[in-house]
Amino acid sequence: MTAAERDQPDLAIRLEQVALGYGDTLVQQDLSFGIRRGEIFIIMGGSGCGKSTVMRALTGLLAPRQGRVLLRDASLWELPEARRAPLLRQVGVMYQSGALWSSMTLNENVALPLEQYTRLTAAQIRAVVDYKLALVGLEGVGGLYPGQISGGMRKRAGVARAMALDPDILFFDEPSAGLDPLSARRLDDLILELRASLGTTMVVITHDLDSIFLIGDDAVFLDAETHTMLTTGNPRQLRDHSKIPGVRAFLRRGES
Amino acid sequence: MTERSTAADAPPRLALGRVSPGVIRLGLIGNWRLDQRIPTLTEAAALIERARAGASIAPKEVGFDTSDLADWDSALVTFIAGIERLCRERDLGCNGDALPAGLHRLLEMARTAPSVDQDGPPDRGPSFLTHLGLDLADLVQGTGEIMTFFGEGAIAVRHLLVGKARYRHSELWLLIQEAGADALPIVSLVSFLVGMILGYIGDQQLAQFGASIYVADLVGLATVIQMGALITGIVLAGRTGAAFAAHIGTMQVNEEVDALRTFGIPPMEFLVLPRMLALILMTPLLTLYADLLGILGGAFVGTTVGGVTLTAYLVQTQAAIGWNHIIQGLISATVYGAIVAASGCLRGMQCGRSAAAVGQATTSAVVTAIVFIVIAAAVLTVIFDAIGLSG
Repeated sequence: MTAAERDQPDLAIRLEQVALGYGDTLVQQDLSFGIRRGEIFIIMGGSGCGKSTVMRALTGLLAPRQGRVLLRDASLWELPEARRAPLLRQVGVMYQSGALWSSMTLNENVALPLEQYTRLTAAQIRAVVDYKLALVGLEGVGGLYPGQISGGMRKRAGVARAMALDPDILFFDEPSAGLDPLSARRLDDLILELRASLGTTMVVITHDLDSIFLIGDDAVFLDAETHTMLTTGNPRQLRDHSKIPGVRAFLRRGES
Repeated sequence: MTERSTAADAPPRLALGRVSPGVIRLGLIGNWRLDQRIPTLTEAAALIERARAGASIAPKEVGFDTSDLADWDSALVTFIAGIERLCRERDLGCNGDALPAGLHRLLEMARTAPSVDQDGPPDRGPSFLTHLGLDLADLVQGTGEIMTFFGEGAIAVRHLLVGKARYRHSELWLLIQEAGADALPIVSLVSFLVGMILGYIGDQQLAQFGASIYVADLVGLATVIQMGALITGIVLAGRTGAAFAAHIGTMQVNEEVDALRTFGIPPMEFLVLPRMLALILMTPLLTLYADLLGILGGAFVGTTVGGVTLTAYLVQTQAAIGWNHIIQGLISATVYGAIVAASGCLRGMQCGRSAAAVGQATTSAVVTAIVFIVIAAAVLTVIFDAIGLSG
């Protein structure tokens, strides 16, 4: 354990000098930051800066080119596959468009991880599924297919599925994208309520300023031009006090 | 965008306007709209050159006369932008004062809009050597992907054998129904017709020797050994293989495959394995059915055109076909089923993240399946001959 680790014992996720890319394209490099347990952490930045790519590295979908990703103090990408999978079960992901399995009903979507990884009976699974769908305000529609519900409902169902196995960390990829202001606000409220009641660490990828200021405890700002992070900190404080022009301009919608 | 009743339908026209010393004035007449035939810049350049040649004092700038201009839209804006470029090339000023105010603002916006960063000069397409290198790199990468696919497939099969594979049995039954039972009508139609065609061609030749009864041997053997399996394989490639690629490809686009991965559910077991199983189980069964329909198609022609009785035809068929022939057909069918499922799933898993990529994946799945079915047919024929199954 290094000195830095002893200083911050309550980190849920830690990145050390992480570099990410696809093929010949470098997306981000020199990423080093920590996400504390129980906080709502925002990964922000302009379009195309690689926010979702960072999420892919944190959720086991894209191996970093360099550096380490520590999840509950285990180095995610240095583990053999057989030990990485159980670790990733502590992570739930709500994808941008929900990414619900379209050939299954909402009930079946939430039930699948439970069927795969728990010893619950069918009736018990049914009870958990109803409870999770009720948590996100979707009671009574579990029999519908993803194609039959609205975009906002699909995202909520995505949250219910992400929470199926009671993960320690929940990721949200662009929760407010493509939603009307009210639905976006309701989803933000849901994130706040879930954190308050479950204490789950939330990592939210977004460029929506209203969301960022409403729910963010802490944030990292990724820059598309320099391919690295410019700063970390509380979003409201960054808006008021950051000295970095790019960060200020972003958080103040271009007004200086 | 002033509309004048007198010039409401006048086509756009370019003319030399009022003459004043040192200024070429272009008259913009009529409706300069996108739905009209707009004068080209070449015509404008010719007009400017003519004015220059005829002028006593060398002109310094180009101006506009819009007194007869009726309606205008983007057509005029792009035309004026072109004129400005023409003027710059000829060291002439371009005075747009007479133009409508709205047009001025639009031109200004188009000029000041930040252009997207471009690295270096525009791409003129790779050279031959670059092409060759890129193709080779693609080939290496593609081969790698195929190896990974079959490696993961082998792991999935191992999990299946020890009963640990993660797939939903309800999904397997659904796939069996879609790939098997739902394919019966098209398989019936194609194999019956191919049986008829074989029978008809056979009868035309054999009847010359009074040997119409041997149509039964020809149709029976051809169908059971090869045609039944081949027809089924190709029908399934177009029907089921394409559906697999489109389904899995769309799941890639919607991040549904990513969602499986984050839950630690291998797509290879959850998506590919049941599809492979469904086709490996159903293709031989469909082939037996296709064999039967093919023989009936031949019998239809043999009895109507060839004048053989149905009983004689069927007895002759029964005598001609041995178990070894049926086994050849069934082995081929199993291989073709595996090829169709593997190509569909492979192309689906390789699919990019756009609607166009799903289309390409689907096309590619069908082409890959058919190519490999034909290759497999040739290889299997040699193998069957070598091990004495075809005797």
